Amino acid sequence: MPVYTLPFEKPIVELEKKLKELQTFSETQKIDVSTEIEAMQQRIEETKREIYKGLTPWQKVQVARHPLRPYTRDYIELMTTNYEELHGDRIHRDDRAIIGGFAEIDGHRVVIMGTQKGRDTKSNLECNFGCAYPEGYRKALRLMKLAAKFRLPVVTLIDTPGAYPGIESEERHIAEAIAVNLREMFTFPVPIIPTIIGEGGSGGALGIGVGDHVMVLEYAYYSVISPEGCAAILWKNRSFADKAAEALKLTSPDLLAAGLADEIVPEPVGGAHNDREKMAATLKACIVKNLVRLGKLDPDTLMAKRYDKFRALGPYTTAAAGPSAA
Amino acid sequence: MPFFSKKNYSTIKVRKREMPDGLWLKCPGCSEIVFKQELEANNQVCPKCGYHFQMPRRDRIALLTEPGSFKEMDEELVSVDTLGFTGTASYTSKLAENKKKTGYNDAITIGTGLMAELPVCLGVMDFSFLGASMGAVVGEKVTRLIEHGTANGLPVVVVCASGGARMYEGMFSLMQMAKTSGALARHAAAGLAYIPVLTHPTTAGVMASFATLGDVIVAEPEALIGFAGPRVIKETTQQDLPEGFQRSEFLLKHGLIDVVVKRGELKDTLVNLLRFMQKKVA
Repeated sequence: MPVYTLPFEKPIVELEKKLKELQTFSETQKIDVSTEIEAMQQRIEETKREIYKGLTPWQKVQVARHPLRPYTRDYIELMTTNYEELHGDRIHRDDRAIIGGFAEIDGHRVVIMGTQKGRDTKSNLECNFGCAYPEGYRKALRLMKLAAKFRLPVVTLIDTPGAYPGIESEERHIAEAIAVNLREMFTFPVPIIPTIIGEGGSGGALGIGVGDHVMVLEYAYYSVISPEGCAAILWKNRSFADKAAEALKLTSPDLLAAGLADEIVPEPVGGAHNDREKMAATLKACIVKNLVRLGKLDPDTLMAKRYDKFRALGPYTTAAAGPSAA
Repeated sequence: MPFFSKKNYSTIKVRKREMPDGLWLKCPGCSEIVFKQELEANNQVCPKCGYHFQMPRRDRIALLTEPGSFKEMDEELVSVDTLGFTGTASYTSKLAENKKKTGYNDAITIGTGLMAELPVCLGVMDFSFLGASMGAVVGEKVTRLIEHGTANGLPVVVVCASGGARMYEGMFSLMQMAKTSGALARHAAAGLAYIPVLTHPTTAGVMASFATLGDVIVAEPEALIGFAGPRVIKETTQQDLPEGFQRSEFLLKHGLIDVVVKRGELKDTLVNLLRFMQKKVA
């Protein structure tokens, strides 16, 4: 696996280098340094914990974009069995930026789907860097309708910089594709559990993000605009992205506090990319727990609660009085 | 500092449609000098080339409803700066400045009125208020308008214009897309009509929610309509944009909207459409 280090992860890499030196030294010189090695390993763990405890919002955005972070397909492989991938929007083509199908998760039959990023040039070209075209959203809608028909809960995994801003996107009406999903997702009589697993890029994320219980991974972010884009508009300079990331309140604790997310899924020490199996197991447990809980609600209650949940979002006040909603 | 210095950011060039002071102004469509009074008498449409200037909300309401029939709702709702946003200027100061400039609390006016003999719920967005960006107040008012229509069996018409989400409100602005779309799901389930009228410019978050969810979608001529802005698309794709890209006529040709209507015929068209789209009485 290629090495990819975020700037603030450098101390960890340095220590890991030292650890390796120790190990080679011990092997070549046949000298027992196991206590030193153990101490070093402990120091690495502590350093990771320390660094990740103090991450700034902008650093969290970088973790969310880490190229070794598990993507939708990794989670499907690690969390589900009997996955049967389904393809195409039946109109134009099969958009590889949104994948999904039937799967079983801990014995629960579901329809699972998510935005998919690539790890190298070839896979990135195939899935367009996780930026879906209208046909991606229409494929997602098709799968959700299938779920509604067969009364299967829907699990969505979100990791996208945003919907694709291109000429063909506009010609095939990307705005309408997202809008229709938003509207229709309120009408499905089955539980919908969206999770932001990496980047929650604006309308492109929300397009499969309406649901009954919205989860967000600890270092994932969800924002109306990318920090760079926001900086370019409000500070007139993209290099203010760190400031914008802070102002946008896009981190998991911010989202939870504002009622924009219902649950934070904790990541392993050092982020999801440090231990994919552990991350997938944690996410799986959260999904299963909520599948069980939401499965007990009758469809009308479920849909009414879903409506009320989104209906309540957005603070305003009246010209005369104090705040009237949060 | 040098006399001419290049700034290290790019700016988007939008054709200016504001009204300069004075009796005369230059039409951005044909570059001819137009008499302001003549423009007002012609619904803010250039008498020489048919260019559609942005229309103040009071005039738009007068254009679409019978005199004295419009009753405004929820005008007292105002935005709050929950995030404490400060860029080059704070959100609070931007809000104050725009309130003073327009005389309104936010970027949309909603209410009920008569369109010919038809009672309707009407919303009119105003680009001159912070680019008619959608924050919690815009989202709440659109939602209340739709809910009022659903509860009272009335059709809903929203004259749209928007630069997109109101960044100053962060994720709350994004969620207005879901909120308004959810209200439209219920309105549709009740068998009631909804028509968005897309005016120059309607983009981004508003486009990806209530602006494209009409039973019938109407647009004014040559309005810029799209999800992503032309500059963003050009920068992302490194492609030249096709002639007339993201204009009303382009959308009509691609089958994305139903009809492009000149402002002078807008009311008659809406009334005609709505007469066909009455709720079936069982």
